[in-house]
Amino acid sequence: MSASSAFNDEKGGSSSVGEPEYGHDPASGGIFSSDYKRHDDLKEMLDSNKDSLKLEAMKRIVAMIARGKNASDLFPAVVKNVACKNIEVKKLVYVYLVRYAEEQQDLALLSISTFQRGLKDPNQLIRASALRVLSSIRVTIIVPIMMLAIKEAASDMSPYVRKTAAHAIPKLYSLDPEQKDQLIEVIEKLLADKTTLVAGSVVMAFEEVCPERIDLIHKNYRKLCNLLIDVEEWGQVVIINMLTRYARTQFLNPNINESLLEEGGGGEKTFYGSDEDEDEDEEEKEKKAEVAAMAKRKPYVMDPDHRLLLRNTKPLLQSRNAAVVMAVAQLYFHLAPKAEVGVIAKALVRLLRSHSEVQYVVLQNVATMTIKRRGMFEPYLKSFYIRSTDPTQIKVLKLEVLTNLANETNISTILREFQTYIKSMDKDFVAATIQAIGRCATNIGEVRDTCLNGLVQLLSNRDELVVAESVVVIKKLLQMQPEKHSDIIKHMAKLTDNIQVPMARASILWLIGEYCEHVPKIAPDVLRKMAKSFTNEEDIVKLQIINLAAKLYLTNSKQTKLLTQYVLNLAKYDQNYDIRDRARFIRQLIVPTEKSGALSKYAKKLFLALKPAPVLESPFKDRDHFQLGSLSHLLNAKAGGYQELPDWPEAAPDPSVRNVEVPEWTKCSSREKRKEKKVEKPFYSDSEGESGPTESADSESDSASGSESGSGSEESGSGSESEESEEGSESEEEEEEEEEKDKKKKKKELKKPVPETESEQSSEEEDRKIKRKSKQRKSDSESESDEDEESESESSQSESEDSESEIEVKKKKKTAEMKPPSKPVKKETKKEKKEMSLLDLDDFEPAPSPQVTPVNTFLSNSLVTDLEGLSLSDSVLSPATIAPSSVLKNYELLHRITGEGLSVEYCFSRQPFSPDANMVAVQMQFTNSATSDTKNLHMEDVKLQSGMRVKEFPEIELLSAGETAMAVMGIDFCDSTQAANFQLCTHTRKFFVSIQPPVGELMRPIFLTENEFKKEQGQLMGMNEITEKLTLDAKCRNEHAIVQRVTTAANLSRVPCGSDKECRFAGRTVTSSSLVLVTVATKEEGAAQLTVNCEKMVIGTMLVKDILLALTQ
Amino acid sequence: MIHSLFLINHSGDIFLEKHWKSVISRSVCDYFFEVKEKAVDPENVPPVLQTPHHYLISIYRGKLFFLSVVQTEVPPLFVIEFLHRVADTFQDYFGECSEGVIKDNLVTVYELLEEMLDNGFPLATESNVLKEMIRPPNILRSVVNTLTGGSNVGDTLPTGQLSNVPWRRAGVKYTNNEAYFDVVEEIDAILDKSGTTVFAEIQGVVEACVRLTGMPDLTLSFMNPRLLDDMSFHPCVRFKRWESERVLSFIPPDGNFTLMTYHVSSQNLVAIPVYVKQNINFFETGSCGRLDITIGPKQNMGKTVEGLMVTIHMPKVVLSANLTATQGNYTYDLTTKVLVWDIGKLNPQKLPNLRGSLSMQAGAPKPEENPSLNIDLKIQQLAISGLKVSRLDMYGEKYKPFKGVKYLTKAGKFQRLSLSFL
Repeated sequence: MSASSAFNDEKGGSSSVGEPEYGHDPASGGIFSSDYKRHDDLKEMLDSNKDSLKLEAMKRIVAMIARGKNASDLFPAVVKNVACKNIEVKKLVYVYLVRYAEEQQDLALLSISTFQRGLKDPNQLIRASALRVLSSIRVTIIVPIMMLAIKEAASDMSPYVRKTAAHAIPKLYSLDPEQKDQLIEVIEKLLADKTTLVAGSVVMAFEEVCPERIDLIHKNYRKLCNLLIDVEEWGQVVIINMLTRYARTQFLNPNINESLLEEGGGGEKTFYGSDEDEDEDEEEKEKKAEVAAMAKRKPYVMDPDHRLLLRNTKPLLQSRNAAVVMAVAQLYFHLAPKAEVGVIAKALVRLLRSHSEVQYVVLQNVATMTIKRRGMFEPYLKSFYIRSTDPTQIKVLKLEVLTNLANETNISTILREFQTYIKSMDKDFVAATIQAIGRCATNIGEVRDTCLNGLVQLLSNRDELVVAESVVVIKKLLQMQPEKHSDIIKHMAKLTDNIQVPMARASILWLIGEYCEHVPKIAPDVLRKMAKSFTNEEDIVKLQIINLAAKLYLTNSKQTKLLTQYVLNLAKYDQNYDIRDRARFIRQLIVPTEKSGALSKYAKKLFLALKPAPVLESPFKDRDHFQLGSLSHLLNAKAGGYQELPDWPEAAPDPSVRNVEVPEWTKCSSREKRKEKKVEKPFYSDSEGESGPTESADSESDSASGSESGSGSEESGSGSESEESEEGSESEEEEEEEEEKDKKKKKKELKKPVPETESEQSSEEEDRKIKRKSKQRKSDSESESDEDEESESESSQSESEDSESEIEVKKKKKTAEMKPPSKPVKKETKKEKKEMSLLDLDDFEPAPSPQVTPVNTFLSNSLVTDLEGLSLSDSVLSPATIAPSSVLKNYELLHRITGEGLSVEYCFSRQPFSPDANMVAVQMQFTNSATSDTKNLHMEDVKLQSGMRVKEFPEIELLSAGETAMAVMGIDFCDSTQAANFQLCTHTRKFFVSIQPPVGELMRPIFLTENEFKKEQGQLMGMNEITEKLTLDAKCRNEHAIVQRVTTAANLSRVPCGSDKECRFAGRTVTSSSLVLVTVATKEEGAAQLTVNCEKMVIGTMLVKDILLALTQ
Repeated sequence: MIHSLFLINHSGDIFLEKHWKSVISRSVCDYFFEVKEKAVDPENVPPVLQTPHHYLISIYRGKLFFLSVVQTEVPPLFVIEFLHRVADTFQDYFGECSEGVIKDNLVTVYELLEEMLDNGFPLATESNVLKEMIRPPNILRSVVNTLTGGSNVGDTLPTGQLSNVPWRRAGVKYTNNEAYFDVVEEIDAILDKSGTTVFAEIQGVVEACVRLTGMPDLTLSFMNPRLLDDMSFHPCVRFKRWESERVLSFIPPDGNFTLMTYHVSSQNLVAIPVYVKQNINFFETGSCGRLDITIGPKQNMGKTVEGLMVTIHMPKVVLSANLTATQGNYTYDLTTKVLVWDIGKLNPQKLPNLRGSLSMQAGAPKPEENPSLNIDLKIQQLAISGLKVSRLDMYGEKYKPFKGVKYLTKAGKFQRLSLSFL
């Protein structure tokens, strides 16, 4: 609600802007005046004040556009409504604008300011929609504005706006290709985006703008693979297609050995021409042997990244979206080892039950695949059987597949199936079937005779088309072994009386001419008959008659001399010049005259040479050089913008380009190493000789990080292991991943900065680690009780505990998600980091987690001294701090008097705000000190600075007199101390209130080790470092007090430190997760130096002030 | 990617055009019309056509052509799947996808198309998200709208697009919380002349109608998931969970959706519910023929077979049919030469029979092949594969939903090749 009202307000205020003078519209007096009259009523309606009239007019206009009628003359009248309050009117105006802006560029500019304002709107959806329309207006003059808008939106906080920015990139590119370089920069930036929402869109932009810049993918490759399953369907298609190309450039051919064998087998296929180029073959074989030997020397090992891609795409074969399934199928076909390609067959066969258009495309691709990988589809042979209800184009394609699948074992089944097809009423299909039988016969020698006999039987078919097609096919078959089949030739000779189809007649004549020595008696007779009907024949038949005559003249001139001359004479005066030419040429060649010279000697050789039999090939042969599933493959021609599928590289390019910088804690090499370390150094050893409190803090943190990374590395260890053995532990791992899936989703909501890991550890695993990390801290503090027997048992213990508590967390989180967002259900993981100040929250959480309490007692009972220096447990130590008031400062939101008995206080609870991790949780306490009940307490009319967001607390239905209630709301302050203004409404009154955060509340504590702290600090020098000298307050000269004051002023956590002169704190800002590092170095007599390192300088400056204040007063 | 869309009716009129990039003249469709003329049957128009400057990718749905224009390389299935999604959305919004209904709701259709694609790339295709932005029309609202000047466009912004579960709209509320699942199975079978099964498979689909408040997390488990041979899922289904436990775990979209489709193939498992005795003879002389068909129950697990219907595509020479049916009635369409015998419920005591004579064109030769029979049937409360839902659990919400599962078996492409050898 609040969003929409903001939307309306925002636009409503500016309705006058887009209304300059239109009285003297340039075209109004022009040629189209009749049109103008026609549209006058519409214009009037658009000019009216009533939204309903405007809406009606816009609906009529849009309907005109939809029908393809020209409505461009209404442009001025429409465009001024661009800032209309009514959303539907506005949307329809957008539709109009996008349609006609290109034609009316000048007028369209008038609307730009509205969108520019929209780009700055606090609501992400409005920003997105403004950018979308702005970028859709194809007006060249606004290119710079668009460029700017895109750049800005690409770094927007909202992933949805970034997605829109990605969509806008190809639009701008098509408008002005000169912007390419700048756009590539934006694409590069967006490619690094870690949200699933953006991934698909940006890859689409990449494919349209700079598909050749494959180098941009390296760093994002693993991330894309891991995100893939959660990307929306259309994005998946684009990403998979792109990754196929990428993989072809970066990895080695997994079938390097098989493909050699295959080619070796392919030698048989060249059957007919083989005798001529045997030597060449041998050469080839040598080459192959050489390569094979080379391959043997260097066994193929699949790049783990290659494996990652195959593994992460496989589940998508189960997608409901045919395009996704096809994309995965082509990826497997082009990239997977031969043994694994088979998995795609089942999924592709499934698609055959979809719409006929889908079938059409899938069958085309299957046809190509069956040529290369026949075995894959053999088990599904019956799925390609044809139904009488299939459309002809589908039938023909299925036939093609069946033919490709035919081999010695299944040919009898297939031929039986073909026999039923021949009886179909669909004659085109029957013709295709006969062709298919012909191909089976040529490919499989065993059935050649059976097929031939079958086809001969078809010659007596009543349908002429069937007969004709059979003749053509038989002709091709006979060419292979004519001597055996003279009876068939005789039989066909008889057919010339009946068959009228020219192609068939021509085929018969050619056959008789070619093999006239096998039918010496019939041939002249046929020629006689043909000579008789010559003038009535079709052209191709005439040509064959001449041909036959010539051949007979050469072999049997006694009987046919006169006939031949008769035919040639007829041809001499034919209307067709081809036939006249042919007749003249043949006469010169065969009839010896004085002039004819040398050529006629060779006439016999010319005409009666042994001709190679035709090879009946699939039209799909060699189509696989196009990427399967592509338009180009379907058309068998390169379509515009098609990216060639590159050949595999000879040697793999450097795989390390895909490595991404890894946060330190994952780098820990192996568990063993860790253990060794532990054995060498007893638990407390590294802090020997140092003072008490810091010592414990230090070792504590050390062991924490140690065991944590230990378990982490074990994780990665198993990961890489499974990579190497490839299949071995995959299932196990997948199960684990599955278990993580829920959590993963939740994690994403929290927008945790998920660091990229080194290798194949999926992001899930990392998530787990993050979780474990925080978990570990707790388990460590527990195990500290039995300090001595640490080392070994620790990690395993914590591990088991982990899994337990993880389940717990999972459950908790689930409930948290389902509950209305404001209920302050906190994650246990976080609790440990925070002050144990949850007492006041207990009201809201009916079942406080079982884990918190034991830890609590544990801590307070046994570890007081050890934990003294720990900022984490600080509050536990001093009873005073348990009360929230002392740690959490309460601010007044509404005074009792102004609120007419209702008073509201708020504090920053420093708990993570579970519905949105970018928000700061604000805990509000409502007290009704009036005599009457207050009802329907809720908030309204939130006014925010750009980028800020608010998650409202749920309405409090009833607050009885004298009662107190609590609620939690979340505010995303965008890391600024700008106030959030809103109205607090009861059933009777509204109060304007505002919440302004102290800078210290804009961060959340993070855990760093000393080394990490130093490293990070090293990177935040110069402008990012602010140092201030101060004199500590008299009460604040011990470490404990300093820690307490600083953590009260800012939501930071203590970082362990070797020296007792220094206190260090670390945190991250809530919205942008920028690091905030604070160091307080104490010197003699209360002198001290405060250093703040923070990327955000404003935050840093303000924080210095606040901490200074806290320490000096 | 997708440049423009034209909707073309059966007679070849373009009644809607939408351009997502620069306008392309509708004359580009002429290439398509040319091919369409040649193809005769609209089903035989190739889905992908090449013209000098554009590529035309079309689908045929509900007697309409959805023709999209593409200029550069794009996976054809991508476009085809999208066009079908558009048609599905129309179906979902207006109850049917026909020319009349689209013309009546032209503005809504245009708004939908605007939201579904951005610059030719799909933007919002989830029905839940679309319905948040553009409300589907209904009579009550259109009356109210005309009175108050209200609108179809939702005044809330589509938050669904922002969430991690884009298929579900936020803030769903119902007073009656219900989740119904229909397990619908289709038998695809080809029987040869002697009645033996050449090919049989079961194609199943689990349709869901879920009206639950809040963000429920459902788990649907089967008694015998091993039956399933191959399946595809709605994006909401957690695939890994299926892989490891064979249960469907998902946060459902709101309203109707297809949860999964599956496939059961091993032939011996496929029970054919009816048998057909048929005898169609065409006599060499006298230009007439005889037809005699009897249908009886075979394996139907004690359930009644309903909606029984036999369709026969007769050879062109058959002019008329003079038949008597013991049950139901028959029609013979003279122009399409299709004989339809609508039987209804199958009574095992008194088997339905259709017999009589066929008259043929005088002098025409006897058709050489007997026509094949297509059989249509329904069996309520039975999934012929034996698949059974064992339970549905809900997590994440407190209330108790009404749950229900229905089973239905249908004949998909059930074909009986002719028996007669004459």
